[in-house]
Parts: sequence; C-alpha cells; structure tokens
Amino acid sequence: MAEAMSQNRKAAFSLARHSTGMIASVLFLAPIVWTVLSTFKPAQEARQPPLPPWPTTGFSVENYQTLNTFGDGLWASAQNSIYVSVMTVLLSVLVSVLAGYGFSRFRFPFRDFFFVLILSTIMIPFQSILTPIFLVLTRLGLHNTLTGLVCVYVTLQLPFSIFMMRNAFDAVPREIEEAARMDGANNVTMLVKVMLPLVWPGVVTIALFAFLGAWNEFLAALVLMTDQSKFTLPVMMTALQSGRFGAIDWGAVQAGVTVMMVPCLILFLALQRFYIRGLMAGAVK
Amino acid sequence: MTSITAASAPARARRRVGVSRRQWVGLLYVLPAVALVTVFFVIPLGMTAWMSLNNWPLMGEHAFIGLDNYFAILRDNRFWNALKFTAYYTVVVTIAIFAVAFPLAIFIERPRPLTNLYRTAFFMPAVVGFASASLLWSWLLNVDSGLFSPAAFDLGLTEKKVNLLATFQPAFWSIIAMVVWKVAGFTMIILMTGLQSIPQDLQEAAVIDGAGPFARFRAITLPLMRRTLALALILSVAGSILAFDQFYIILRGGPRNQTLTAVYWIFNQSFVSFKLGYGAALSMVLLVILVALSLIQLWLLRKPEGLD
Repeated sequence: MAEAMSQNRKAAFSLARHSTGMIASVLFLAPIVWTVLSTFKPAQEARQPPLPPWPTTGFSVENYQTLNTFGDGLWASAQNSIYVSVMTVLLSVLVSVLAGYGFSRFRFPFRDFFFVLILSTIMIPFQSILTPIFLVLTRLGLHNTLTGLVCVYVTLQLPFSIFMMRNAFDAVPREIEEAARMDGANNVTMLVKVMLPLVWPGVVTIALFAFLGAWNEFLAALVLMTDQSKFTLPVMMTALQSGRFGAIDWGAVQAGVTVMMVPCLILFLALQRFYIRGLMAGAVK
Repeated sequence: MTSITAASAPARARRRVGVSRRQWVGLLYVLPAVALVTVFFVIPLGMTAWMSLNNWPLMGEHAFIGLDNYFAILRDNRFWNALKFTAYYTVVVTIAIFAVAFPLAIFIERPRPLTNLYRTAFFMPAVVGFASASLLWSWLLNVDSGLFSPAAFDLGLTEKKVNLLATFQPAFWSIIAMVVWKVAGFTMIILMTGLQSIPQDLQEAAVIDGAGPFARFRAITLPLMRRTLALALILSVAGSILAFDQFYIILRGGPRNQTLTAVYWIFNQSFVSFKLGYGAALSMVLLVILVALSLIQLWLLRKPEGLD
C-alpha cells in the first residue's frame, strides 16, 4: 500500500517536472522556430501576421531571393561577415596560442606586467574607446576596411583567449617537453608537433568564441564600416529593417535573421561541450 | 609582482647566459598580442582621455579646452536622463533575469532523464547574437506584420491592434521580455556551476537536522554560492549598463527619446553629431563607472580567507 503511494508520488513528480520542462523549452525555442518557419512563406503571405507560423499558401524561398536585391545584396554582406569571422578566428587563435605558450613556458622581463595588461583590458568597455579606434584605423590606412574590423575583434578576444591558452599550456606536464627537447626539438617544432595536439580542446573553445563574437558584433561594425559594400550582416539587416531600402519587407528581414542565427545554432549544437567548457573557465577563474 | 620579475631576471642572466637567452624568446611569442593590445586598446584609451580635454570636431583643427567638456556634462540633462534610464533598465532587467534563471538552474542542476535536452533548449537563444535577437523581436512586436498584437486581437483580448512600441511602458517591458528570453539561459549555466559545486552531503546533513527546503536554501545554498552569484550579478549589471543593440534596433531610442541608454547617447554625440571631444568625455564617465564595477567584482570574487 505504502509502496504504491510512493510509486504514485514519483510518477506525479516526474509528470510535473517534464511538463514544466516541455513548456519552458517551447517558450525558449518558439521565437526561433516561428521565424525559421515563416521565412518559407511566399512574399505576399509573409507580410501578414504569422498565424499560423508555417506557410499556408505554398512553400517558397522568395524571401531569400528578394534579400539579394537590396543594396549590394545579402550575399555580399554574408561574404563580409564570413570573411571577418573566419579571419578573426584564425588570427586570434594564432596570436593567443603563441602568447599562451610564451606566458606559460618562459620567464622574461615584464612577463607579469604584460599578462596583467592584456587581462585588464576586459575591465574597460570597448564602447568607450570606439572614437579613437576609428581615428587609429584611419591613421593606419585601415579605415573602412574589413581587415581593420578584424584587428579590433581580435584585440577584443585576446583577454579571454590568452587566459584560456595559458591555462591550457600550464596543464601540460613539463616532462613531455623535456623528453622532446632531448630528442632535439626546437621551440617551434615543440609548439606545433608536441604541445598543440595536447591543448587542442582549448584551441577549439577560443575559436568558437571568436567566431560567435565576430559574427554577432554590431556596434563596432556599425560605427567603423561606413561604406555599404563593407556592411556585415547585422549592420546590413538593420539598414533593411529601418526602411533604408524603401518599405520594410518583413519576409526578407526574417530570412536575413535566419541566415544570421543558423550558423550560431549549428556551431553551438556541434561544439556544445567546448562552449560550456569556455563558460566554466570564465566562471571559475 | 612586476618588480620581482624584473629584478630576478638579470640576476639569473649573470649566472647562466644560455638559459636566459632561451627565456628571452618568450618575449617574441607574446609580442603580437602585446602589439595588438597596445595599438587597439592602450593607445585609444589614452586618446579618449586626451580627446575629452579638447573641442574635437570630425573635420578641422581640435583645440584644448581643459575641463569644459566635463562642465558641459554637468549641464547635459539628456545625458543624465539617459544614465537614469540605463540604471533603471539595469535594475529591472537584472531582477527579471535572475527570477527566471535561478529556478531554471535548480531545475537542470542534477542529471535526470531529459535534463540535457532541457538545458540545451533553454540555452539556445543565448548563442544567437543580440542584433539577430533584436531584429527577430522587432518583427514579433510589429503592429501589422508581427505576432503579439495581431494574436491578442484575434483572441479578442484587445479591441484593436495595439502598437506595443508606441508608448513607453509596453515598449520597455517588451525589451525586458526579449532580453530575459535571450540571456536567462546564459545566467542559468553560470548559476548551475555554483549549485553543482555545493557538496551533496552538506544538504543531506541539513535534512537530517530537520532543516526545511527554505532554511537549507538560505543557510547553505546562498552562502556557498556567493562567488558564483557575484559573478552572474556583475556580468548582468555590466552587460546592461552597456546596452545598445536592442534599444537601437527595436526602438531607435523612442518613443520620444525615452529609451536612450548611456552608450546610445555617446553614440549619438560622437557619430551622429560628430562632437568627438564631448563624446570622449562622456565615455570617460562611463569608463569610470565600469571600472568601479570591476573593482567591486574583484572584491566580491576574492577567494575566501584560508583557502586558495
């Protein structure tokens, strides 16, 4: 009798837990799903309120096609975004792996000063130094170039990624290095052949954060990219949504938002382990 | 810390030249990073301070005017209004985020069936960018083509389609809803790490001692989560003080300039009115606030004494 009671209570608890979980999940996922489904409506239908969210007058990719007709087209901005994000990933990985290795394995003058200097930039909001960054880029001839934007994004990534990489190198036992050095490995071969395979997870984590940061950044891109042919996706889509290209085409806005969201969602789902790891490293420090 | 390194390195160099040269190579490894941070952070930071003491138009010569920009800030009611609004937004949104994220963190803390699925679902909006999320919600909130007003009208909740973005209250709370949707999953994960670090036997011992769930939460969970709570709090507060994307994209600072945030005002002064010197002075004010916040953070996150 008592056993049956506790069985019942367990089932009731489980039911309550899963219904709460399901409802909350639906609430969090609904806006994303709603948008993605709505993009496949014909342009005419996409102008109406999305009730129901799925296409009712036939499946269509018209919204994605019209996106390419605004300004230089969606594809041009997407290319800019891809270029900026990929370059930010490559450069910030290169710079932080070198710096992480340097800070972890060598004792040179001003080492601690440089490390604290790089880490302390995280305290200063970059929003407050955008004007001088604009002037510095102009002086360097990088004004209104994607390369200039990449330099800014890489710099913003450095405190997090150098901190991550130094910790990753610190965790590699020194015996491994000494053994390799006995075999005649110099510093560079040591780093590439011996150390890099061991700190690989850290590299994936900083690459993921660099990509998401660069892909999603808005304010710096808005301020620094004044020429429409240099717009990244967020800036381009905001121009479209503000009616800069005539009447606002909400179907096209949804299609653009989908193009902006999907790479982030796919990368996160594929590399979730590394993302949470980066978050923990930030949280535990 | 710096002085110790600087003093001990030459001492070692005298003893073993070979080793020391090998150590100096480290400087080459960190050089690209130091160069980037110098050119794109330290120099701009110094320039902000210098520009704030100048009348600095976009074109033409700039002129040193001492503290005049700062005196102008004291009289700039619209900046103080923006700062006041930013503070109000920060308090409201932080409370709202925690009110959603804390229950979620408790919900997903322990591994049970489907927990991973729920955790991923709650977290999904956090990986979407603020700009994408704002564009998405600007559509959902649109009076004609959006979701909320037409749905409320169709369900008979309102007599006509209400433009949610036309007046302050509904516009403000719409932004709060959007930010909570986007950020709660992130805060949840941070709080979860704190919950998971509490030893299970401590809770069990308290149960044996007859402590109820509320007493356990107050006496065990909260104190042991101090550092995690402080971190989540500071991240939320710092992020909210710097809010820009959602107010620019969804509201353009409206209705009637009531939702201009501090960063938005600096953006307007610097890149719309091109008063670069004045914008720099405003930036210095923002910077001081954020640095003060970071120092509070370091103090709150200090390791408990005796540990470390």
